[in-house]
Amino acid sequence: MARTIICASAAEAVAGIPDGSVIMVGGFAARDAPSLLVGALVDQGARDLTLICNGPTGRPGMKDTSMLVQNRQVRKVICSFPVPSTTSGPMTDFEAQYRAGEIGLELTPQGTLAERIRAGGAGIGAFYTPTGVGTPFGEGKEQRTIDGVDYVLEYPLVADYALIRAQTADTMGNLLYRMSSRNFNPIMAMAARTTIVEVAEVVPAGTLNPETIVTPGLFVHRIVVRPPQ
Amino acid sequence: MPKDRLPREVIAMRIAAELNDGDYVNLGIGLPNMVSNYIPPGKQVMLHAENGVVGVGPSPEEGHEIPDLFNAGGQPVTLKPGGAIVDHAMSFAIVRGRHLDAAVLGGLQVAENGDLANWIRPDRGVGSIGGAADIARGAKRIFVAMEHTTRDGELKIVKRCSYPLTAARVVDTIFTDVAVIRVTPQGLVLEEAAPGWTPADVQAITEPTLTVSPNLREIQL
Repeated sequence: MARTIICASAAEAVAGIPDGSVIMVGGFAARDAPSLLVGALVDQGARDLTLICNGPTGRPGMKDTSMLVQNRQVRKVICSFPVPSTTSGPMTDFEAQYRAGEIGLELTPQGTLAERIRAGGAGIGAFYTPTGVGTPFGEGKEQRTIDGVDYVLEYPLVADYALIRAQTADTMGNLLYRMSSRNFNPIMAMAARTTIVEVAEVVPAGTLNPETIVTPGLFVHRIVVRPPQ
Repeated sequence: MPKDRLPREVIAMRIAAELNDGDYVNLGIGLPNMVSNYIPPGKQVMLHAENGVVGVGPSPEEGHEIPDLFNAGGQPVTLKPGGAIVDHAMSFAIVRGRHLDAAVLGGLQVAENGDLANWIRPDRGVGSIGGAADIARGAKRIFVAMEHTTRDGELKIVKRCSYPLTAARVVDTIFTDVAVIRVTPQGLVLEEAAPGWTPADVQAITEPTLTVSPNLREIQL
């Protein structure tokens, strides 16, 4: 029997996520977020979450991680893009809560964020990166010069749960992604103890070309199918 | 009498002329992204978008968008023949591993030692770094595309950045609406000036002392 469970609903897929969990959420911008799962987590109501994502930058009404912030389920965000680059338009919930001291932020350069997640999934204890040397992103971090290049030490990120989005899963949990919606999803799938995926379709094991599979099913625990949009 | 400044399109055109056939290049959001409109047809330049697209093509016609294919600014794009899709860790391995020939980035301030500040205006209190810190540190050549001064006339090319840095000592060349300035170990070198601008005119709105290149010329496209 396959270890990966195909859930009947998004509510079932996010059931049991406790308060205080560390949650990774895939997607680069609001339009490729795993919005079905994020919406289900809003309904489920787990609080005091640490959120690891590219950024909760959606304006009110957008179906991305900003919904969790708006619903006050998030204690701290680790991300590269916490606020929209322009101040035109209404202030996001994240920015309002941040200004009020109600939410924490660990601002991380995007490549460092990706590599910290990759390292978390790959069992790497820490790594030296040249990004951030001589800037606020390197302050207070261990520095080292290797072959004449300056680096700062960065630590991996792991999560209790990853909520990600893919295009196609097979019944063993092998995943294919569509175009640029791949982004953080494959590395987050590796870095969480429980990885939950929303997909457009599930096909029988054995029908996908094994050479094109991006995320092998051993990283995937729960799957839910997105209703057609 | 104030002299004319070049439109943003011309800054983008000038930078496009700087790219080499076969280059892999990352373009930042806004003015830098306009460079993609002016790459000469004879040059093959493959554009990298940090959300995992190598070989970004032109915008699709309305109604012909490719599902789930966006650039780093979130706009629908196409994929060039020979393009590839990668995950975020590989996208930034491309960046950090110095596999990009160049990146074009916006700038709030550039210092004479090549320091770049382009991610936060301190008065806002919170900003988004996105991929800028990795890209500014990782691409082989860093071109900054920006207006020479702010709208209020504040200097943006400075002795030392007062804004928080994106990356230290990384900028190769600054392309503005009045000049092309190269960052060298000896300081800033004025290479090109907009039509009608003398070196003294450019110096008057540049804080560090400019060395005038012996080959100084009018900005050419």
